[in-house]
Amino acid sequence: MAIKPIDHAAELSKAGAGVESRLGKAWFLAKSYPLGAVGLILFLGLLFTGIFADVLAPMDPVKTNAETSLQGPGGQHMLGADMMGRDLLSRIIHGARISLAVGLGSTILGCSLGVIVGLASGYLLGWFDLITQRIIDIMQALPLLVMALVMAASLGPSLENTVIAISIPLVPHVARVIRSNTLSLREMPFVEAAKAIGMSETRIAVKHVLPNTLAPLIVLATAQLGSAILTEASLSFLGLGIPEPHASWGRMLSESAAEYVRTAPWLVIFPGIAISLAVFGANLLGDAVRDILDPRQRS
Amino acid sequence: MAEVASKGAPNASSDEPVLEVENLKKHFPIQSGVLKRTTGHVYAVDGVSFAIGEGRTLGLVGESGCGKSTVGRTAMRLLEPTDGSIKLSGVDVTHLSKKELRPYRRQMQIIFQDPFSSLNPRMTAGEIVKEPLYIHDIGDNKSRQEMTKALFDRVGLRQAQMNNYPHQFSGGQRQRIGIARALSLNPKLIVGDEPVSALDVSIQAQVINLMMDLQEEMNVAYLFIAHDLAVVEHISDDVAVMYLGRIVEFADKKTLFTNPQHPYTEALLSAAPIPDPTVRRDKVILQGDVPSPINPPKGCHFHTRCPYATDQCRIEEPVLKDLGGGHTVACHLR
Repeated sequence: MAIKPIDHAAELSKAGAGVESRLGKAWFLAKSYPLGAVGLILFLGLLFTGIFADVLAPMDPVKTNAETSLQGPGGQHMLGADMMGRDLLSRIIHGARISLAVGLGSTILGCSLGVIVGLASGYLLGWFDLITQRIIDIMQALPLLVMALVMAASLGPSLENTVIAISIPLVPHVARVIRSNTLSLREMPFVEAAKAIGMSETRIAVKHVLPNTLAPLIVLATAQLGSAILTEASLSFLGLGIPEPHASWGRMLSESAAEYVRTAPWLVIFPGIAISLAVFGANLLGDAVRDILDPRQRS
Repeated sequence: MAEVASKGAPNASSDEPVLEVENLKKHFPIQSGVLKRTTGHVYAVDGVSFAIGEGRTLGLVGESGCGKSTVGRTAMRLLEPTDGSIKLSGVDVTHLSKKELRPYRRQMQIIFQDPFSSLNPRMTAGEIVKEPLYIHDIGDNKSRQEMTKALFDRVGLRQAQMNNYPHQFSGGQRQRIGIARALSLNPKLIVGDEPVSALDVSIQAQVINLMMDLQEEMNVAYLFIAHDLAVVEHISDDVAVMYLGRIVEFADKKTLFTNPQHPYTEALLSAAPIPDPTVRRDKVILQGDVPSPINPPKGCHFHTRCPYATDQCRIEEPVLKDLGGGHTVACHLR
């Protein structure tokens, strides 16, 4: 053998007793991908926060209080309060729900649609490819935000519509990447072998082409998660996203960025940290998942 | 595997050749401009006929770009033939639709040249070999697993390796996986598209010997495409020499290697090294390059490089002449 293969199973069994169990496997993977584990913990932590926001938040996130307006961190409000005197920590905790719902929802929706369009386009070619690619050209000519704006404005402000509005501009990017990968993969001998076996075209596309396009897709999706959260901020800022008084990280950031960055910086810093952690966690997790799913990359 | 054999596609009588190809043509259109108008054709395969009997091996040789791989792929209907007919055990499969063709796919399989790109990197070796059984709905999950194990044994891989991924195998082992995949459907014909060209010489011998053993065991016929004459001489019963999309000479192995009649075959044979430094011989060295298959020369395709070319060769296309004993040659001078 030219290169000594790393026997995943053997390494697993070497790692000690109990490795056969699910927990043992997870521990083994966590040890192999410490950064991925950090990402997973971050991400799960934020998800947990979002899901159990009602229990975790120390105060009501929408209750205003004129007396504590723009109060600094410490004291009554651990992370301070915004100009309406709402507790920043509670708002961040509740914001996790909306921001993650928007980020994950639009990324998953956009990627799924993009994969379907890109795979069909690259595999079927012909007129279908021609037409979809021209539509994608038109969509890509518009900036992401502008398109999301148009979508959001026509759909009206609500959580579902925001998710849809942010996911649609993502479709052309994903479709392009998947299509270009499909174009090269469909000429591979293993695809030809599948044809020689008598496999249906759909099965070839789904079983043999699609799994091999996963790596760039995961990178794209994790990168997109952050931008989706920020796009939601812009939409909300313009009154087209999640309606007030619901908290979302993006809007907390964008609302206070211009006015209060000097006088009350905690209003900018803490939501900013929350967004960074989510994006950072998703990127770390995405990289690890990409490696774990690729048999060639496993270590 | 008996189960596999009993569920095959409708069979014709057994004395029919496993594969019979007649006047096969494959022209690739050249499209240019915005409107994708066809401005010409690549005459990759231009009227090729041959037949392979049960359990026999036909070696197809020729230099790069002569269309030998295209012959293999077109005969398998992986490429649509422009003209001609393909008969599998007497059944004409030239114009069958994809769906109609499916049962016949079991009778013909292919092994590829590149052992690295011919296996899906995201499937385990076991899954790769098992998949054809699943597609053709052979056996249940358990029996498919057993068949896969048997196939691994048969091609000289350990059963424990079924859970490994292609990148964990060496080139030769991967080629064995490719062979196991081709064998899983118990085909009557396997097209080997330069199956050993990408391997080390020592591994080549192993794979060739494996293929020959399997032929003996399973009575499978091979269309063995190669450019290495030594390999072809070792494995083939008959040999066809191709030049620029046409077969120029066809004979049984012994006749072709001892008594080549076509000037191109002569040149090809003299270019093959003899593993004995003391042997001296007259080499026929060809001048020039292979002409473009987009615009092949008139008359005999070989006349531009043939040392014996006459005026007749430049005008008139030679047909395959029978020299007796199944030895045919396309040359005006014979």
